[in-house]
Amino acid sequence: MKIEILGMGCVNCNKLYQNVLEAVKQSGKEAEVTKVEDIKKIMSYGLMSTPALVIDGVVKVAGKVPKVEEIKGWIQ
Amino acid sequence: MFKYLADNLVYQLMGIRPGTMLGEALDFFFYDTMKVFFLLFIIIFGVAVLRSFFPPERSRKLLGHRREYVGNFLAALLGIVTPFCSCSAVPMFIGFVESGLPLGVTFSFLISSPTVNEVALVMLWGLFGWKIAFIYTATGVILAFFGGIIIGKLKLEHLVEDYVYRIKMGESAMAAPTWMERFAYARDYTKDIIGRVWLFVLIGIGLGAGIHGYVPMDFVLKYAGPGNPFAVLIAVLIGIPLYSNAAGTIPIIQALVEKGLPMGTALAFMMSIVAISTPEMIILRKVIKPKLIAIFAGIVTVAIIIVGYLFNAIL
Repeated sequence: MKIEILGMGCVNCNKLYQNVLEAVKQSGKEAEVTKVEDIKKIMSYGLMSTPALVIDGVVKVAGKVPKVEEIKGWIQ
Repeated sequence: MFKYLADNLVYQLMGIRPGTMLGEALDFFFYDTMKVFFLLFIIIFGVAVLRSFFPPERSRKLLGHRREYVGNFLAALLGIVTPFCSCSAVPMFIGFVESGLPLGVTFSFLISSPTVNEVALVMLWGLFGWKIAFIYTATGVILAFFGGIIIGKLKLEHLVEDYVYRIKMGESAMAAPTWMERFAYARDYTKDIIGRVWLFVLIGIGLGAGIHGYVPMDFVLKYAGPGNPFAVLIAVLIGIPLYSNAAGTIPIIQALVEKGLPMGTALAFMMSIVAISTPEMIILRKVIKPKLIAIFAGIVTVAIIIVGYLFNAIL
């Protein structure tokens, strides 16, 4: 599974990154978590709000920080 | 209802005599605190639900290829309801420019979005009444409209960083949220905002209550009353670096208005606090050149000063 966190390094982006790491750890899934900070790449997803969470190429959430539980629901 | 509760709490439960300075200040504090927090919960929740219908991607579509004037007005209105956070300022800016939106229209959005924000609105409504809150909102929209038009007329497209024009935006495919998701978003949003402002609100109301109870009636009149022609100018210059403390400043301003601060000066002060925010300017530096940031800040500052003098003359 490929998890990408889109954002240019703001406070909320880091919060989302931490939540994702925690969710991955708790679920015990194998996942490659990467931060996407390049604005060209972020825009290529058609988004205008960050942070955003993309799992296997699908935008799950944009413009807010989902909770660990929510993220676990998506990666199960 | 809140007046009754505050009166009972201070004069009955605490046993402080009405008419004393301490009594007045405490009564004022409890009354304002209850009223403001009540409004904060209700209005921020409501605004958040409304906002869930207008993510920036939607605003971008709604604005489409609109030209000046209509575009500026629509952008100013959308700026109120589109969630804005400095985290998203850059992707939003690029998204608008990429869709072919004129620079001036984009700036109408950028001016209105922070200026007309729900926290300032609640504080104004709670402490000054809905009329002033409405005047503030309308002024914010008008300011954004004209500010954007002026920037558009100046033809400053070359002051946008070159790479912005080279970015191609992809298609987003996000499902529309369900009502449950909208409410969950609104709940989290309300919690987040109140968590960030509650302390400032309490401190602000506390200081306001102190002024209300202890500062003599004509104190402000002497220094910043209608007799001082520079009051608006000075108020705006003080307000600019106070960013993000609208919650704490408005109660103090309200107490000062009671002591003779003219309404126009007060409104200009409040606008300067929220409209020109240093964090936003720093982030926008990633997409526009310093000269455009300076022009943007300059236009907004001058416009707010004019608004202050205008309202002092007519209110």
